[in-house]
Amino acid sequence: MNFPENLRYTKTHEWIKADGSKARVGVTEYAQKEISDVVFVELAKKGHPVSQGKAASVIESVKAAFDIYAPVSGTVTDANQALESNPGLVNQDPYGAGWLFELEISSPGDLDSLMTARQYSEFVQSGPQH
Amino acid sequence: MLISRDDRLSFEKSSPGRRGVILPREKFSRAEPPAALRRQSPPLFPEMSELDIVRHFLNLSRKNFSVDTHFYPLGSCTMKYNPKINEWVARQEKFAGLHPLQPDGTVQGMMELLWDLEESLKSITGMDRFTLQPAAGAHGELTGIMLVRAYHESRGDAKRTKVLVPDSSHGTNPATASLVGYRVVEVKSDARGRIDLESFKSVLDDHVACLMLTNPNTLGVFDENILEIAKLVHSHGGLLYYDGANLNPLLGIARPGDMGFDVVHVNLHKTFSTPHGGGGPGSGPVGVKRHLIPFLPYPLVEKKGDRYGWAEKSKTSIGRVKAFYGNIGVILRAWAYLKVLGKEGLLRVSEGAILNANYLRLKLRDVFPVAVEGPCLHEFVLTLKHAAARGVHAGDVGKRLLDFGFHAPTVHFPLVVSEALMIEPTETESRETLDLFVEAMKRIASEIETEPEKVRNAPYTLPVRRPNDVLAARKPLLTYRDLLREKTVAAETAA
Amino acid sequence: MPYIPHTDRERKAILKEIGVSSLEDLIGSIPASLREPKTAVSPALSELEVQKRIQFLGLKNLAVSDVLSFLGAGSYDHYIPPAVQEVAARQEFSTAYTPYQPEASQGTLQVIFEYQSLMAELMGLSASNASHYDGATSLAEAVIVALKHTDRKKILIARSLHPHYREVIGTYLNGSPCHIETFGFARGGDFDREDFEKKLTPEVAGVVFQTPNFLGIVEDLSGIADRVHANGSLMILSGHPLSYALYRPPGEWGADIAAGEGQPLGMPVSFGGPYLGYFVTTQALLRKIPGRIAGATEDADGKRAFCLTLQAREQHIRRERAASNICSNQALCALTACAYMTFLGKQGILEVAELNFDRASYLRERISKLGGFEVDLTAPIFNEFRVKSRKPFPQIEKRLMEGGIFPGVALEPFYPELKDEFLVCATETKTREELDRFVEALSRC
Repeated sequence: MNFPENLRYTKTHEWIKADGSKARVGVTEYAQKEISDVVFVELAKKGHPVSQGKAASVIESVKAAFDIYAPVSGTVTDANQALESNPGLVNQDPYGAGWLFELEISSPGDLDSLMTARQYSEFVQSGPQH
Repeated sequence: MLISRDDRLSFEKSSPGRRGVILPREKFSRAEPPAALRRQSPPLFPEMSELDIVRHFLNLSRKNFSVDTHFYPLGSCTMKYNPKINEWVARQEKFAGLHPLQPDGTVQGMMELLWDLEESLKSITGMDRFTLQPAAGAHGELTGIMLVRAYHESRGDAKRTKVLVPDSSHGTNPATASLVGYRVVEVKSDARGRIDLESFKSVLDDHVACLMLTNPNTLGVFDENILEIAKLVHSHGGLLYYDGANLNPLLGIARPGDMGFDVVHVNLHKTFSTPHGGGGPGSGPVGVKRHLIPFLPYPLVEKKGDRYGWAEKSKTSIGRVKAFYGNIGVILRAWAYLKVLGKEGLLRVSEGAILNANYLRLKLRDVFPVAVEGPCLHEFVLTLKHAAARGVHAGDVGKRLLDFGFHAPTVHFPLVVSEALMIEPTETESRETLDLFVEAMKRIASEIETEPEKVRNAPYTLPVRRPNDVLAARKPLLTYRDLLREKTVAAETAA
Repeated sequence: MPYIPHTDRERKAILKEIGVSSLEDLIGSIPASLREPKTAVSPALSELEVQKRIQFLGLKNLAVSDVLSFLGAGSYDHYIPPAVQEVAARQEFSTAYTPYQPEASQGTLQVIFEYQSLMAELMGLSASNASHYDGATSLAEAVIVALKHTDRKKILIARSLHPHYREVIGTYLNGSPCHIETFGFARGGDFDREDFEKKLTPEVAGVVFQTPNFLGIVEDLSGIADRVHANGSLMILSGHPLSYALYRPPGEWGADIAAGEGQPLGMPVSFGGPYLGYFVTTQALLRKIPGRIAGATEDADGKRAFCLTLQAREQHIRRERAASNICSNQALCALTACAYMTFLGKQGILEVAELNFDRASYLRERISKLGGFEVDLTAPIFNEFRVKSRKPFPQIEKRLMEGGIFPGVALEPFYPELKDEFLVCATETKTREELDRFVEALSRC
């Protein structure tokens, strides 16, 4: 499975790509496989503050709904409108066109608590308890 | 070909000017509605002849599995036979033709019947008073949890913020508690689906408003610790809520009221034989112990001497939960059923439900592993865990059963068992039917070994096969107009 | 034993197969102290005796067909074509469960799809669910949708909304941080525009109107949707569904949600239930709709098929995170309404609405000429209108009931200022002779 080196990861299977105080968030390839066919994404609300580990968006499959947690605290600056008409992008291109929302990071220190690609890869392989 | 090949919607069978009903023609008044308030564009309704409409619906009816046509062993749904006397009773003009705002004096027979049913339900469940108002099980739960909140508030007890719900519970339990404003705390189940006492004690404190419990649980197991659980909850000042979804094996055998429950709801459409209607209407009467009576929703039927009336509105009542008093048509059917059963019949129903479930469990345990060994009450759960390796899931077995003329059991529930098939045969099925079902399950089990793709792609004998639910959810088409729009778009794209 | 196939011999055989000697061996997990409860239910009756018993109880009731009834106020006596009842009584529909297995439920699913289509057409909106419990609970869910959608805490409700519906909404919101404010109605019974404007503050999540309202008035809602939407709130409309074939439906007024009582679409008055709550919205609110929804799709062989859809909103998936706890719908009532609207068809639905307007207008004209009663002839109505009696209404009601007439619903219990006023309903079921007989009886009071 592909876990790009330039991203940070959460135990709840989100990735985050930080660029200064701005960041983009999505779900990992592992997550999109577990979710199976994404049928709807409840987009994060622009301008809303989110805190690390709290739900910011929801991804729905036919048989389940998954909360997507903010990897770091901040304010939502944008959400991927393309997912409204084409939620399957999350499955097809989780690190690219299937991104979920963008943030203005409020506490950069939050990033330090996240996993690197290698740590996340080990975390995913370490067992089904996640 | 028993089912018509004509799969069109009524809208697609329409022809301008056709009529399906004959109405009075004469106008009595010259009044005209104000033009500014009149509807601008007429609704796009079909125009069909009476015969064509009758045929339309009758052909649709034949595309359904139903209790009257097929064995329907859905777990936790209690798909028992719905006696025809019930329908006869519910149709009586002297009841179906009563307006809800008629003066009490003109509906004494109706009110006497409501009182009579309430008395029976009280006695069967061991509760002190019932409201027949809630329209369904989930509506009963909502009413019940509102009663719990009102009770705590009346005592000035504001610290109770959470409701405990086992992880094996029906989805309505946590959804209800959360709708009423409580935080839902999940309680772990043990391998038999019973409350795990240690985990339970660790979350039990003075903030618990209530524990919601289904007993027997969704694995068909009676939680023998119930008396201890009730004592523990009560000692912390909390209440116990009984989800009556699985009451069928307890009639005349044990009562939630005696187990320590403070509030119960019963599903008339499960235990008391009223038809499920393809998803409703149901009826979910709520019973309470004495200390909760002042909070019951109004109106309530009251008996004064030989007369019946509506009780005066209690100041502490949670209020009205429905426009009028209950799903009367459903209540009439349940009343008739209870009259025919009588005391001895109640016990026979539960005995029959338990015997049939255990008979089937023993016949099937060599075909597929059962989730919990040992006797069950009204239902049991098989697990298809081993078949997953062959790419066959519980849902596939359900689909394949349809080809054998049996409705699927409940699949993938309860959540605590992986690849679950939950089977509730009910008391109204004969042993021959159960044996035929076992034969079908054996055939499917061997197909899983020899030709798993056959099971994976079933069914083959029904009007449609595996509708694409991903497509349906990604691109919702919910009306005929949506279909028309879709067609236009497709035509434009093609051009 | 009733409805249980096992004979004593078979029962013993089954016990033997299970390997136990009695039922007791299977229910050992039930504590002994709970066993043999004191269940006191009356002795079993034969089905024949049950028929006799219900007929005997029925003698203590006066059905609307036994008398001349002008009761409405949320429950309406309409003509139900016998074909509707025949179709809806099909046991393949009534004894089926929720259509979770689409292959085994295409009948129920297509009916729900057609119901949704018809309901959306009638309301002039885009998306409908498969029905709710009744008008009051449907409206309460609509209010909750508005609160969640806007993330605000106040609901503005017309005082001319059915008083029972207002109570149910109150029950649903009780204990939540949200509160309800009411705006009044003018002397004529139409909503008080000034009061409404004053109370439409920035914290309002949704506004609820009823048209025709509880007092029978068809409201003029021109410009209201713009005001409500400019305020960032949702507009919710409720009302008699048949009226919308003749008068502007919620969609033409710019409403976001139509939620109300569907009983007039083929269901008997039945002492208050089972009825059907309609819940219809604009396309924009599609995913906020609570409850069950059917959708069209393709099956594995490319054929059109129907299935339940958007289920990830519902309680069986979202559990404590679901927006509503509703599990069932009133499927059999939705079937009835679907059949009713199909039999009436495009012309019939308008004609039946016109007949309601005609019967009520005729009756109102005739009553206006009586000395003892006042009506407002200029108020726009559908099938109900207010009458003010010069004599105490209870006295009038008593006199008329002795003559086998239910004159209408007293308004004073709902609105104390409307003393001796009552709400009279005349549907298409009334003949000229019946209306004349009522007028004559009133004239003798």
